[in-house]
Amino acid sequence: MKRILTALAATAFAGCAALSAGAVPSKAETLKIGLLATLSGPPAVLGQHMRDGFLLGVKEADGRLGGLETEVIVVDDELKPDAAITKVQGLLERDKVDMMAGVVFSNVMMAVYRPIIESETIFIGANSGPSPIAGRGCSPYFFSTSWQNDQNHEVMGRYASDQNYGNVIVMAPNYQAGKDAIAGFKRHFRGNVVDEIYTKLGQLDFSAEIARIADEQPDAVFTFMPGGMGVNLVKQYSQAGLNGLIPFLSAFTVDETTLPATRDMAVGLYGGAQWAANLDNEANNKFVRDFENEYGYAPSLYAAQGYDAARLIHEAVKLNNGISDKQGLLATLNAAPFESVRGDFRFNSNQFPIQDFYLVQAVQRSKDVYITEAVEKVFDDVGDSYAGSCRM
Amino acid sequence: MSTTLLAVQTLNGLQLGILLFLIAAGLTLVFGVMDFINLAHGVQYMLGAYLAVAGYQLTGSFWLALIIGLALALFCGLVLEFLVFRRLYDRDHLDQVLATFGVILFLNEAVKVIWGAAPLSLPAPNLLDGAIPLVNNLQYPVYRLALIVSGLGVAALLYVLVTRTRVGMLVRAGATNPDMVAALGVNIRRLFMIVFGFGTMLAGFAGIMAAPILSVEPGMGDNLLILAFVVIVVGGIGSIRGAFLAALIIGLVDTLGRSFATDIAKLALPPAAANDVGPALASMLIYILMAAVLFFRPSGLFPVRSA
Repeated sequence: MKRILTALAATAFAGCAALSAGAVPSKAETLKIGLLATLSGPPAVLGQHMRDGFLLGVKEADGRLGGLETEVIVVDDELKPDAAITKVQGLLERDKVDMMAGVVFSNVMMAVYRPIIESETIFIGANSGPSPIAGRGCSPYFFSTSWQNDQNHEVMGRYASDQNYGNVIVMAPNYQAGKDAIAGFKRHFRGNVVDEIYTKLGQLDFSAEIARIADEQPDAVFTFMPGGMGVNLVKQYSQAGLNGLIPFLSAFTVDETTLPATRDMAVGLYGGAQWAANLDNEANNKFVRDFENEYGYAPSLYAAQGYDAARLIHEAVKLNNGISDKQGLLATLNAAPFESVRGDFRFNSNQFPIQDFYLVQAVQRSKDVYITEAVEKVFDDVGDSYAGSCRM
Repeated sequence: MSTTLLAVQTLNGLQLGILLFLIAAGLTLVFGVMDFINLAHGVQYMLGAYLAVAGYQLTGSFWLALIIGLALALFCGLVLEFLVFRRLYDRDHLDQVLATFGVILFLNEAVKVIWGAAPLSLPAPNLLDGAIPLVNNLQYPVYRLALIVSGLGVAALLYVLVTRTRVGMLVRAGATNPDMVAALGVNIRRLFMIVFGFGTMLAGFAGIMAAPILSVEPGMGDNLLILAFVVIVVGGIGSIRGAFLAALIIGLVDTLGRSFATDIAKLALPPAAANDVGPALASMLIYILMAAVLFFRPSGLFPVRSA
């Protein structure tokens, strides 16, 4: 339903654009972008943030990224890799999109990555960054405006080391991304991991795990609990009275997609991220203000990445005077000629960002608005660990 | 592993069991009495939680939200019964599964259109907001105790209703032989509607009670529905007593498994392997239990006594 609505909206939008273009008869170049995001199922909120961020970027360019009439075709991958492939093939072959963007989850990314880059379509990843495509499988056609998957966990590992935490309990769902998260945390953590707790994917009740944490009394807890699992964990952690007693370090658990549900119970909890609403630069201040005016809710890092993806396309296409010179456009994109909302931003040799990472903390900004704020820079201008094995 | 931790985990297990019972009770009632497989029970649980959140946003009071949520959940259940389910009672189970699965898809999407995809919250009432200190900084939220009490209350209420009242007697008779009951002048359609409405309210009640500790989001009922089915299969389909005892067993097995499986695996395996085997085993335990029950006692541990 929502997909049909967004498709209709996109068509209506394209229709208006076509009308206004029709007023001036010219052989104007157009730009067609396929935006792949997860918009159904429980994790739909992540895809929604990313899509809204991207569309805001398009809107601020008056619907003309780089001066070209822009049509964005939003497609829901349903979090099903096989469905995603079919839809991507439709975008590439039937709709003949000029660029692809988006992708929230890594299993979807791994499914659609090859077909897209093998068709030599420029692909701007706005969230997922699995290690294979940052390393050996990197491609000149792929650019990321987010991070490599391990990095936000590495931030927490480094921070735990900086704080001299000797004993830490780590906890993640028992699947690949959960194990990667814990491996990422350990990469920069020099203390002792006293316990690794792997929970069931989709677990609702964490009282057993929380009792265990209280029993072992570690210096801190690190967790990766995306979506509803994180909401449940944060609520129950706070209700068990541990919030404030045992520092709660997390990645993709406490952010603007879950804070509307956890509210006061999450205040004070930590996360690792490359962006927060209070990063003070002109682009970010404008983005946060405009986003809230447009959509009526506080943006998250997913929204910021989507917005940056649209801004990157806008500036690069403008500098390159269109998209007909693809090799030239690749080189222009690689120079990252835009002001990122996160401040420092340039592309590494694998075309993933070299950027800063922060310790962020959940705060209450006003009566009903809870956001994350950067409190400390943990990494300065850092790339990921896989760039070395990328050969382009 | 200390004895206090074991005691705390046992308490946690019982509490998870009670939560499962709240959900399974309505499911087993409708299934047992009406022979109707209602996969939509999970979304009715979700609907209860969402309607209570809406009630809370209107009134700012948990108790009013509870009443509004229950009333609206009942209303939605009866509308669904009138529009969809009524037509399915005489069809076979596969048709029921298909149609109620459709209701799941429809309601999950409807909830997302109305309230958005982001998770919502329902704060616990001030009266139950505190916590009781247990051991080592660990506090036990009063709200969870209230959850246990309400679950025991529902169990007692159901017991009295089914075994001690005239309606309960008719329900039991209707479950055994609906045609005979109808021939004796009882409006069996209306009786089934009452049972179904009551089942819906139980699902909604479970959703509302769970909302302060769990995330209120689209699809929140889908995971629990599977657990609820495990409970009623282990307990014996249609048996309230079976659902109650099986829910406690499942809650305990799951919680204790999650707490100690890795430790136990470490006794036999190197730590890295134990970290792989323990959690995998813990998440399988209740399904292994269900398979064992199906193998040795196919009608469940506490089946309904047939007349």
